[in-house]
Amino acid sequence: MEHLLSLAVKAAFVENMALAYFLGMCSFLAVSKKVDTAIGLGAAVIFVLTVTTPLNNLLYTYILKEGALSWMGEDFAQVDLSFLTFLTLIGTIAASVQIVEMTLDKYAPALYSALGVFLPLIAVNCAILGASLFMVERDYNLVESTVFGVGSGIGWAMAIIALAAIREKMRYSNVPDGLRGLGITFIVTGLMAIGFMAFAGIQL
Amino acid sequence: MEFLKKLHETHGKKFEKGGPLEKLYPLWEAHDTAFFTPGHVTKGSTHVRDALDLKRMMITVVVALLPIVLFAMYNTGLQANAAIEGGATALDNWQTAAFTAMGFEFINAPLENVLHGALYFLPIFITTFAVGGLIEVGTAIVRNHEVNEGFLVTGFLIPLTVPPTLPLWQLALGTAFGILVGKEVFGGTGMNVLNPALTARAFLFFAYPGQISGDKVWLAADLPDGQSGATWLAQAAVDGNALTQHAFGSDEWMNAFLGFIPGSMGETSALLCLVGAFILIVTQIGSWRTMLGVVLGTFTLTFLLNAIGSDTNPMFAVPFHWHVVIGGWAFGCVFMATDPVSSAFTDVGKLWYGFGIGVMVILVRVINPAYPEGMMLAILFMNMFAPLIDHFIVQGNIKRRLARHGA
Repeated sequence: MEHLLSLAVKAAFVENMALAYFLGMCSFLAVSKKVDTAIGLGAAVIFVLTVTTPLNNLLYTYILKEGALSWMGEDFAQVDLSFLTFLTLIGTIAASVQIVEMTLDKYAPALYSALGVFLPLIAVNCAILGASLFMVERDYNLVESTVFGVGSGIGWAMAIIALAAIREKMRYSNVPDGLRGLGITFIVTGLMAIGFMAFAGIQL
Repeated sequence: MEFLKKLHETHGKKFEKGGPLEKLYPLWEAHDTAFFTPGHVTKGSTHVRDALDLKRMMITVVVALLPIVLFAMYNTGLQANAAIEGGATALDNWQTAAFTAMGFEFINAPLENVLHGALYFLPIFITTFAVGGLIEVGTAIVRNHEVNEGFLVTGFLIPLTVPPTLPLWQLALGTAFGILVGKEVFGGTGMNVLNPALTARAFLFFAYPGQISGDKVWLAADLPDGQSGATWLAQAAVDGNALTQHAFGSDEWMNAFLGFIPGSMGETSALLCLVGAFILIVTQIGSWRTMLGVVLGTFTLTFLLNAIGSDTNPMFAVPFHWHVVIGGWAFGCVFMATDPVSSAFTDVGKLWYGFGIGVMVILVRVINPAYPEGMMLAILFMNMFAPLIDHFIVQGNIKRRLARHGA
């Protein structure tokens, strides 16, 4: 239990997807203009991460990994499908994003139109594929990968919501012309990463 | 402020032509300009009771910082001279050459201490103002705005947060980064997100860790082998009893409280920070809510960690009365956290913001083995979340009002 808790904290803070690994930057920079939209996208990312990481874990452990198919019988023990890893992981992610998209379209049309093209683009959000790949690389089991997925999702959501609040405040700033928009957002992201260095080095 | 103003108005006449203190008029005038100009208040239906402007605000902070600046010089010299008396050798640099050329010896006496300390403090101070001032004026010309007093305080804060032995070129680089990236790209004073002085220090901390952390940099003297010049916080992280064996009020604690310990130049004296806090709170320049929040946050987490305890990590046992006197806690709490631009704006938000800093600083100090000190990172971290705290509090207020008065 303690191990799982520290895994979640580590995923959310110490190895924050957005500010320590700089993953999922496209939507991080583009959908952080308003806090409400950022909260919506953050929630969507948490959901997708929570669903896809354990799902991918199951797929990888029982189908893709070398020797994973041995449950089908002796003949399959030698089969190694790991060359299909990327394809399969992305497939799972795309499917879950479709589900989120249809749900939002039906029940929260305002948020759906606010997120616009970035909702389907969650499918190629590096933070989500990143979580699945980290799961593969670090040999997490099913429970661990669920916790890891939730943790990284919360960390990413927290970062984008904080950035959105900063950008709302920055409407009163007088940013030089050349830096308006994305330029200053990159700088703010860098400064935020310095702040998140407070967690770097924590051993859990 | 009200008290000062009354004093000022009742005795003002004495300084005018023909008054008993006529000769001292320039002194009174300077005081008047610094603290009470502009003095206009409105007479119509809008109420401006006190036309506090940026200059007055910044000057008040500088006044609160002055004792710390003087003490920084004294303590830097004191630490170096005391170490040299104890067997260390003076550093091989121009400061030592100048000091001996003036005919002084490295002894632990008031005059020698102040002079030796000033030889380290003043170059750092001057470099900060030269580089920062140049950038401030440069950007003001390029961006076509007025040069304002915001840099004055940042320029005072940066030298106080660095160790005496910091190479000046690094300081210049850090100051430039802090002022440019921390402040000017956002449009200058009042528009930044992070505290520029701490941005400068964080830049130095991560870019040149060898010159701003560790156990070699805090003394302006070379210690003989086997002796450590580490800060007390760093010692406590290694040896659990270093702090906890001394009770509240013991000689060691008093030393830390008064500030006679190694550390960044201006951070050591908790007493003088308390004086500064008093000035800032009485004049309503610094927010007491932020400071109270930091105290509460620190107390809560320290209390919890003390109760939990740990066999492997000695920092768990460090009590509250030690946390607040060592490292940058007091300085950060009074002068950095209360920065009105980068902190939360709402009253309730300030409490939460301060609380977050208090929790984060203990978290970094105790849990994170990578850094012995956590005040700088704690404040930067909460700077990031201050706008979010405000957002939620404002939204909450809107919701409550809607519920009360109907949509």
